[in-house]
Amino acid sequence: MINWLTQIVSVTKFSLQSLPERKGAALSAIFGIAGVVAVLVGVLSIAQGIRLMVQNSGEPENAIVLRSGSDSEMMSGFSGQQAEIVSEAPGIARWEQGAMASPELFVIINLPKRSTGTDANVPLRGVSLAAFEVRSNLEITQGRMFQWGLAELVVGAGASREFTGLELGSSIEVGGEQWPVVGIFEAGGGIAEGEIWADAAVVQPAYRRGNSYQSVYTKLTSTDAYSEFKDALTTDPRLNVKVAQATEFYSEQSTLLRSIIIGLGSIIAGLMGLGAIFGALNTMYTAVSARTREIATLRALGFKSGPVVISVLFESLLLALVGGLIGGGLAYVAFDGFRAATINFQSFSQIAFAFDVNATLLKNGILYAALIGLVGGLFPALRAARMPVAAALREG
Amino acid sequence: MSQDNGLLVDVRGVDKVFKRGAEKIHVLGGLDLEIPEGEFLALMGPSGSGKSTLLNLIGGLDKPTQGEVHVAGKRIDKLSDRKLASWRARHVGLVFQFYNLLPVLSAARNVELPLLLTRLNSKQRKQQVDTAMTIVGLSHRMKHYPRTLSGGEQQRVGIARAIVTDPTLLLCDEPTGDLDRKAGDEVLELLQTLNESQGKTIVMVTHDPHAAARASRTLYLDKGQLGEEPIE
Repeated sequence: MINWLTQIVSVTKFSLQSLPERKGAALSAIFGIAGVVAVLVGVLSIAQGIRLMVQNSGEPENAIVLRSGSDSEMMSGFSGQQAEIVSEAPGIARWEQGAMASPELFVIINLPKRSTGTDANVPLRGVSLAAFEVRSNLEITQGRMFQWGLAELVVGAGASREFTGLELGSSIEVGGEQWPVVGIFEAGGGIAEGEIWADAAVVQPAYRRGNSYQSVYTKLTSTDAYSEFKDALTTDPRLNVKVAQATEFYSEQSTLLRSIIIGLGSIIAGLMGLGAIFGALNTMYTAVSARTREIATLRALGFKSGPVVISVLFESLLLALVGGLIGGGLAYVAFDGFRAATINFQSFSQIAFAFDVNATLLKNGILYAALIGLVGGLFPALRAARMPVAAALREG
Repeated sequence: MSQDNGLLVDVRGVDKVFKRGAEKIHVLGGLDLEIPEGEFLALMGPSGSGKSTLLNLIGGLDKPTQGEVHVAGKRIDKLSDRKLASWRARHVGLVFQFYNLLPVLSAARNVELPLLLTRLNSKQRKQQVDTAMTIVGLSHRMKHYPRTLSGGEQQRVGIARAIVTDPTLLLCDEPTGDLDRKAGDEVLELLQTLNESQGKTIVMVTHDPHAAARASRTLYLDKGQLGEEPIE
C-alpha cells in the first residue's frame, strides 16, 4: 500500500513537473473551465439575488389578503367596504391610528429603463396610512415622505436606480398629470424597493378606481395569530378572499421567474460544460500523447497502471479546480452586488434586485469544475493506462 | 537465480503474431532460446526481424502469442500485467536506444526511479544511486538534468538506472544506436565490465557488428528464427 502511494505521489509529481512544457493546452483548459464556472455562477446568482430579495420582502407576522382565485395583486380587487371588514379581523396588531392594515392599489405605469431606454412596466402602489407600520423595514433615505392627500410620490431605491425619471425632484406622468418624486426609500433590499408609492386615496381617482382596492397588507400580533385571522376572513360570508403569509406570498410570486432563470442557467452551463469537457479531454489526451514515452518508460520500469491513471486524473482535476477558482473569482468580482431589474411574469411588472454570489454558489461552481475535470481526464487516463508498454516505448 | 541447468532465460516454442487491421504479421515462429546466467548475448538481424520483440518478451514488456518464457526459473508469460510490472521492477534492468530519461528529473533522480518501487528509505536509496552513478563514472554529474548531458552521458545515466536495483537481467535495446563511435565504445566498455566483473547477464539488441563483437555470443534473427550465423 505504501509502495502504491509512493508510486502515485511520484508519477503525479513528474506529471505536474512537466506541466510547463504543456502550458498552452493547460491554460486553454483552465480558462475554458473558468468561463463555464463564471457563467454558471453568474446566472445562478441572478436567481439567488431574486431569492434573497424575496426573503427580505416578507415579514413572517405579515399577511396579505387578495380576492379569492387571484394569483397576484394585478388580478385581485375588492371594494373599500370589504377592505374595512378585512381591517377589523381578529389577530391584526394595532397602533395609535387603529389596525395595522393597509388597503392598497397596485397599478402599472410605463417608464424607460436606464440600461436599454425601452419602456418597462413599473409598479405603482397606492398605500394607506398603516403601510409604513406594516412594513417595519421601510425607511426614507432621501427627501421626505409624500403628504397624504397630495399627488406626490416616494420611490424605492431600486426603481430610482433602474428607471428614468424617478430621481428625487423629478416628476412623472401618473393618470395624465405630473406627480413629483419627493422621497427615496429603502426596504432592506426587499421587493418594495422596486416600486413607486403614493397615497391610495389619490391614486384611486387618478385611475378611476372609485373606492376599490386590490389587496390589504396587515401586520398580525404574532405569527400564531395567522390561522385565526385567516379562518375569520375565509369563513366570513361578506367576503370572498384568500389569505397568505407575506413570506409565502412573495416566495410564490417569484417561483416562475426563479425556475426560468435556474432552468435557462442550467441549460447554458450544461452546454458550456459539455464544451469544457471536450476541452479538458483534448488537453489531457494531448498531455498523455506528449508523455507517451515517459509513461511507457515508467511502466516498463515497474510502475503500475493505477498510479498512472490517478496521476492523469489528478492533473486534470487540478487544472479544473484552478479554472473553477478563477471562474468563481471572476463571477464574484463581476456579478456580486450587480444591480438589475427584470420582468416578473407573475406580477407582470419589473422587480429590481442585486445579483448575489454567495459561498454555496461558489462551492457548486467549483464542484462543477471538478466534475468537468474528472470526466475530461478519465478517458485519457484510461488510455494512458491501457497503452501497450512495448508499443508505447517505440512512440514519441 | 538460474535454474538447476544454469539457464537464466529459457524461451520455448514462442510465436508472436501482431495484428494490423485484418492482416496478421508473424514476427516470431516457434522460436527457442536459452541464455545461461552470466552471458553477454548480442542479438542481431535486419530491421523488422523481431529482435526488439524477442527482447520485450524476455523482459516481460510483452507476451507471446504462443509458447513459454521462463526467466530465473519463473514462467513469466502467464503473469498478469500487474504482477509482471512488479516482476520487472525486481528482475529486469532496461537500457533504451534513446535513453528514455525523464527530462524534469536530475540524473540522480532518474537513477532513483526504480528504487521508488522498493521498500528502501531515502538514505538507502541515495547510497544505491551513488554507487550506480560511480560505476558508470558519472558521480560528478548527479545534479545535472538530461538536457545538459551529452548523448553518451545520458546513456550512462540510463545504464545506472538499469543497474541500480541490482537486477537479475540487463536488457539493452540498441544502446549505442544513437551515439557516435567514441561514446558508443564507452557504453559498450561499461556493459562489458558489468558482465565480466559483476557477472551481469546481458541481452543486447544491435545492428552494429562492432558492438556485437563485445558480447560473449551473438545470435542472428531473421524471419522469426534464430541462427548462429547471419542468414544471407
